[in-house]
Amino acid sequence: MEKRVTFKGWLLPVLLLLPQIVVTAVFFFYPAGQAVWQSLFIPDPFGLKSQFVGLGNFQYLLNDPYYRASFVTTAVFSGLVTVVSMGMALYLALLADRLIKGSGTYRTLLIWPYAVAPAVAGVLWLFMFNTRVGVVSWYLGLLGYDWNHVLNDAEAMGLVVAASSWGRVSYNFLFFLAGLQAIPRSVIEAAAIDGAHFWTRFRTIVFPLLSPTTFFLLVVNIVYAFFETFGVIHTITSGGPQQATTILVYKVYKDGFVGQDLGGSAAQSVILLVVVGILTVIQFKFIERRVHY
Amino acid sequence: MATLKLRNVKKRFGSTDVIHGVDLDVADGEFIVIVGPSGCGKSTLLRMVAGLETVSGGEISIDGKPVNDLEPMDRDIAMVFQNYALYPHMSVYDNISYGLKIAKTPKEEIAARVATAAKMLQLEPYLQRKPRELSGGQRQRVAMGRAIVRKPAVFLFDEPLSNLDAKLRVQMRLEIKALQKELGITSLYVTHDQVEAMTLADRMVVMHGGVADQIGAPLDVYANPATSFVAGFIGSPATNFLPPAALNAPRDGASTVGVRPEHTRLVHSGEGQTQGIVTFSEALGAETLVHLSLPSGAAFTVRQDGALPCPHSGEHCGVDWDQSREILFDADERRIRQGRARAAACP
Repeated sequence: MEKRVTFKGWLLPVLLLLPQIVVTAVFFFYPAGQAVWQSLFIPDPFGLKSQFVGLGNFQYLLNDPYYRASFVTTAVFSGLVTVVSMGMALYLALLADRLIKGSGTYRTLLIWPYAVAPAVAGVLWLFMFNTRVGVVSWYLGLLGYDWNHVLNDAEAMGLVVAASSWGRVSYNFLFFLAGLQAIPRSVIEAAAIDGAHFWTRFRTIVFPLLSPTTFFLLVVNIVYAFFETFGVIHTITSGGPQQATTILVYKVYKDGFVGQDLGGSAAQSVILLVVVGILTVIQFKFIERRVHY
Repeated sequence: MATLKLRNVKKRFGSTDVIHGVDLDVADGEFIVIVGPSGCGKSTLLRMVAGLETVSGGEISIDGKPVNDLEPMDRDIAMVFQNYALYPHMSVYDNISYGLKIAKTPKEEIAARVATAAKMLQLEPYLQRKPRELSGGQRQRVAMGRAIVRKPAVFLFDEPLSNLDAKLRVQMRLEIKALQKELGITSLYVTHDQVEAMTLADRMVVMHGGVADQIGAPLDVYANPATSFVAGFIGSPATNFLPPAALNAPRDGASTVGVRPEHTRLVHSGEGQTQGIVTFSEALGAETLVHLSLPSGAAFTVRQDGALPCPHSGEHCGVDWDQSREILFDADERRIRQGRARAAACP
């Protein structure tokens, strides 16, 4: 039943695709190519000339314990951000879906955090948890808990995960709510008549029918945690204490622009590119198979 | 196996009254059809019995036990939805066995019951398919299978045939009737199609504006409509309504006279009960429907045998009928019981 329209010539289709191709070429292929090229060199400290080192930068990185530690940090961070933001969003969406009165207000309020830029969100959370003047850390102090994310690895990680997930909950919430509302009411009613209580219905009917949405959000959120959380990490911890919150993308910045190791930083970018590429392929190949209908 | 009782059941949405008190007694194994135009509250009434809508007033009881406050799963009912409401991610087998699995029925018994249902509904070759790989009629059967494997006390049908094409609808109608007779399960069936209601029902409930206008056996409702709405809704083509002034002789106390198209015949102009001009005729083969325009502007339909001569448009005709066939209504659109002898003849 598929109907395809095919073009007779080649000029018009090329012309129609041109804007997209130009944008991709200028903002993706060219910089990515530059990164690959630069990753093969070590520039001198003044940037006047570079020395070709082949795969030397990569070899150095893979033997660097700090770089390998950053992999683990990234895995923990993106895993936590994805689980926390999607879990919270799904829970809130389930509640909002059951709401009849005031659902409009509730939804609007839940969507607001998405409008806050990651860096601003980072500053907000930093103020709340500031070890000296933060509201939350002061109350925690009253309860006898000494909050200090500047020194404590786990607390630092917790804080950047919370700040990164916070704005993301809104985005995920929107998609989950739309997904829930797309499930025909009568299917849920049929399950209720068949004897399934709320959680049984959720487990056997709602969640499987939501799986296309969940899968899409999983991909989008992992990519978000990999790249777009830079602002949050930069404002709250700057990757510290030590390297406890230095995720891969932050290390690219730190080694390249702060440490001035442009070749090594370029090599990291290339590795990051490959990792995200592999992740996406894995997700589509293996997880999509288990996505229903 | 159960009886179903509705006592003065009411439904309000906010400040709007949707159902104004319906009373109904359904005997064990009886097939009741609720029929009415869209918006008359028939689906709402069914959903209240199912437990999908709260009851604003009155009492619903199944097998003598009040169920107003019970959840749908605790009412021992099964429902077939208009859009089938199959679980799209499950195979036909899983769809049918879903309720049994939740009830923790032993595996062997589930397999046996699904096999019986699948055989009854000719679904055996499709058990491993997903709903999207089935035709409309097959999906309908799966929905029925899901209802019958659970052996509920009451079957509820919410316009189950309205998404099917005309031919399949007739076939499924017969199958549903046969299945219900075979299983002997008390059934409540909602439809807007009066043919479905006439053919399926042991008794029918004609609903109009949130009120059950009439409850009775199909032929009884046809012969003795309680209100002018029922007279107009049941029977096709619809009953003709005339003011008594349009007739040759007055009718005492009646504000509307109803006469069914099948009880009328065309006569020469100037004769008969009333006069009209033929607007057009529909020759259906076995019968012909002649549409006339009365001097008052009202439309009138005569149903005559297909073998009789068919008048041309614009022809002046008289229309005649046996006065005992008339159905008289008062100003409140209620039936005026004339001719006791005939009422007694149709118990």
